[in-house]
Amino acid sequence: MNTVLTSTAMRIENLGVRIGNRQIVQDVSLEISSGDWVCVIGPNGAGKSSLLKAIAGILPSAGTIQVNDFDLSTLSHRDRACWIAYVAQAPVIPPGMTVFDYVMLGRTAHLKLLASESDFDLEMTNYVLTELGLSEFATRQVASLSGGERQRVTIARALAQASPIVLLDEPTSALDIGFQQEVLTLINALRKEKKIAVISTMHDLTTSGIYPDRLVLMAQGQVQVSGSAIEVLTEANISAHYGANVRIINDLGRPIVVPTDF
Amino acid sequence: MPLSSVQTSTRIPPKWWFACAGAVVVTILLGVCIGAVGISPKQTALELLSHLPGLSIHSNLDETDSAIIWDLRLPRVVLALVVGSMLATAGSAYQGTFRNPLADPYLLGVSAGAGLGATVEIVVFESPVRWSLPVAAFIGALIAVSLTYALGSSSIAGRSASSLVLAGVAVAALLTAAQTLVQQRNSDKVREVYAWILGRLAVAGWSDLALVAPYVVVCTVVLLRYRRVLDVFAVGDEEATTLGLPVARARAVIILAASLGTAAAVAVTGLIGFVGIIVPHTIRLIAGNSYRRLLPLSIVFGGVFLVLADIIARTAMSPEEIPIGVVTALIGAPFFLYILAARKEGSLV
Repeated sequence: MNTVLTSTAMRIENLGVRIGNRQIVQDVSLEISSGDWVCVIGPNGAGKSSLLKAIAGILPSAGTIQVNDFDLSTLSHRDRACWIAYVAQAPVIPPGMTVFDYVMLGRTAHLKLLASESDFDLEMTNYVLTELGLSEFATRQVASLSGGERQRVTIARALAQASPIVLLDEPTSALDIGFQQEVLTLINALRKEKKIAVISTMHDLTTSGIYPDRLVLMAQGQVQVSGSAIEVLTEANISAHYGANVRIINDLGRPIVVPTDF
Repeated sequence: MPLSSVQTSTRIPPKWWFACAGAVVVTILLGVCIGAVGISPKQTALELLSHLPGLSIHSNLDETDSAIIWDLRLPRVVLALVVGSMLATAGSAYQGTFRNPLADPYLLGVSAGAGLGATVEIVVFESPVRWSLPVAAFIGALIAVSLTYALGSSSIAGRSASSLVLAGVAVAALLTAAQTLVQQRNSDKVREVYAWILGRLAVAGWSDLALVAPYVVVCTVVLLRYRRVLDVFAVGDEEATTLGLPVARARAVIILAASLGTAAAVAVTGLIGFVGIIVPHTIRLIAGNSYRRLLPLSIVFGGVFLVLADIIARTAMSPEEIPIGVVTALIGAPFFLYILAARKEGSLV
């Protein structure tokens, strides 16, 4: 399958997710082109993770998700995985699995169900490991790595999947500020270099204003505002949807969100 | 990039295969020559080789010894190999697909379900050709594994290791009770059923082997082909789905194959527990957690283990024979407790 994106990569229309009789996500529409980074922000319980899971195909959803003008819901899980890679908020780290084996799991979608990995899959895995500076860890167990290294390994798995769209749920939530910066810089470089369309969620508002091209603020399952960081990260928006008192400092076009006590 | 730098850490090195072949040959020899009538390993080897076509080797064994080897011990050893490898392979497969280190045909209630099915079959049918025994055992096994999985995964705590095993224990207890009930209501068959429950490998020559072998071969081949898929299961259902794995379908095939194989084995040999725990976990300690290694090695060493256990069963209290299921439980239960104690949060899952 040829998974190359045309200029408008993915179009989501009226996406809805229902769990039981609770509407978790409602009428979300967004577009993303190859090489773009869209970041979904919003208070806890806004439906950010559910939105990503619905796009990844692990939560049933209403509405349409189109890639290159065809409907993703018509694809098998395997074909869908050739288009979309997903990095969970807290990825399952299989005990005893080496970094090499873990990254090679990304090749699953490119293998027939009962096929063994080919030399190409092995080389692809090695290539990704080399590119992310993980070669020296290849035979280490994933579980033995530090948080930042683990996050690079999960991103490596998504890269080995070679999908033009990558979903990252809170890629920096478990990391300290140094590792956060390292991981975000990496994602930013990769999406530009490889023309990957990235949709991420993020908790830290100031950080979310740095690398992504566009922010989407969700609350109560719906998109409230979307646009550039300057447009979305306003005192009024954050007060309305987070119930937080903040001051925005404009640092050369980048909003810095500072909590205040009044 | 030069191919030499490609990591192939999960493939089994060729020299391991020589070690495996050696282990199997030595085990078969031991199994055949140790017994009430001692036959030297050399004589045994010569006798076995003398039947290979194209070799002109003569062993000088008299007819009685020759008959002991060919009609009594060899079928028993081969049956132990086949059943042991099936139980160990099924154990590995269950552990992979349920992401649970404690999953074992015995502990998931699969064996108890197969036992109920087989008991019902023994009681209901009189026919000497027992093709229906594996079928009845299979139906019982499948009911048991479905019940265990449904109960173990419906708990709010999710599919934790303990909830699945607890469900398995409950299902096993229920089905064993039902089985006892059937057995007591048909007291004329009690001896037959009881001997079966404790597990036995002392069987009627090659015919039992012919009964179980086709199921075991097919199921083992199927499971072996799913070895890479079992590694994908390790990241959990959600992530496995986003990697492109048809999770539900793959799990169904794996459970069916493991249950059918277990049922066929149990139908012939009765309840032999813990092989599916002891063997895969010992292999994990040496060869790591990847199912691409674990599954082929389980096939080999499951068989080896059960032949060795059977030698103990035959000789420890000679001339009395200890039921093989008792031997594996005596080794396996402490081993199970060890795993339980050594298991840090998620460390072996």
